[in-house]
Amino acid sequence: MATYSAIAHNFTPPSATTSAQIGAGAMTLIKTVTASDSSDISFVHGSSDVVFDSTYKTYLFKFISLHLSSDTYLSLLGRDGGSNFDATKTSSYFRVEHTEDDSSTGFTIKTNLDVAQATGETKLSGNTSDDNDNAYSGELYVFNPSSTTFIKHYFGQINVISGADALEAGYFAGYFNHTAALDGIKITVGTGNIASGTIKMYGIA
Amino acid sequence: MATYNAIKYNVDYGGFAGSLIPIAVFTSDGSDATATFTSGIDSTYDTYLFIFNNIHPQTDNTTFGFNGSIDSGSNYNVTKTTTFFRASHEENDSSAALSYQTDKDIAAGTGFQQLAQSLSGDNDGNVSGKLWLFSPSSTTFVKHFSATMNETHGGDITMHNHVAGYFNTASAIDAVQFKMASGEIQGGTIQMFGAH
Repeated sequence: MATYSAIAHNFTPPSATTSAQIGAGAMTLIKTVTASDSSDISFVHGSSDVVFDSTYKTYLFKFISLHLSSDTYLSLLGRDGGSNFDATKTSSYFRVEHTEDDSSTGFTIKTNLDVAQATGETKLSGNTSDDNDNAYSGELYVFNPSSTTFIKHYFGQINVISGADALEAGYFAGYFNHTAALDGIKITVGTGNIASGTIKMYGIA
Repeated sequence: MATYNAIKYNVDYGGFAGSLIPIAVFTSDGSDATATFTSGIDSTYDTYLFIFNNIHPQTDNTTFGFNGSIDSGSNYNVTKTTTFFRASHEENDSSAALSYQTDKDIAAGTGFQQLAQSLSGDNDGNVSGKLWLFSPSSTTFVKHFSATMNETHGGDITMHNHVAGYFNTASAIDAVQFKMASGEIQGGTIQMFGAH
């Protein structure tokens, strides 16, 4: 009689007749960038194996423990076909806060963190702590960046600890207000560097 | 000792190739009264994700919403209770706000739940976002959902909408429909995924 080990591996997995049967996997890891005292991190279509075009309808960026070298902020820029990250955008920002000592909470719009038809950066956070154990984690969705008909929506959420030892859960959203394709984004900081951490880029077909 | 049959099938293949599995796609042909998913919503997956890309309305300042069905799509009128809040910012920078929208939520109502409230009909206007539907096939529990959307408001405003709620029924939700309050869906895609 066959042994358990032989039986366990002596068969061919069933053939999938629909994607639901075996899972084609709609979410594809495109690129992982690990920061090392980086002034910014860019994802540009056609550069460094990055795909950021009509291959995927939706793109997801995961921010994993981004530690900044100074008390500063994280921000987003877009590229609309030229070499500069100067895509026009209008954004909104609200934040939910809670201090570690339970002395205060907050749930407010942050007009100092949004932009209106700006070509410069739009902030993903306020100034935060550079304590050794502080880091940003969160996500950013970008919808159909390759469209040449529609504006390009994005939104995301990011957690970080403020300089006052409070959780700051930031919710940002907006649109790149142009019909040219968006072919790159850049994550940068107000001052200093992204000392460490990882950004993973996924495509969702 | 386990039998051969028991060993043979005791493997979860669905998780091997990725946890987000494409099930169906609606692609607007430019004149759609509705976008409807009447198959594939069952107990195969614990959670379902709908991703909206560039849903474009025929008419200016209309709402885009959804409803569920418990009779395979014969009726879209499931009782639900929901919340709706949004963050907004005008392109001319004249105002920005965070507010709960009592006129956009539902309390034990059967109507369509808004996901976008006043869409721009401009050629480049649209709404994009995502909607999670949890355990729709349960015949024990209510069925929760949550959505995050960003829309181009007809007043040239970015609107970041957050919608949550539950279908207050113990019957399985087996179909979902999306539509504009007035006019057609004239562009965009809606993808339905299953998630293990």
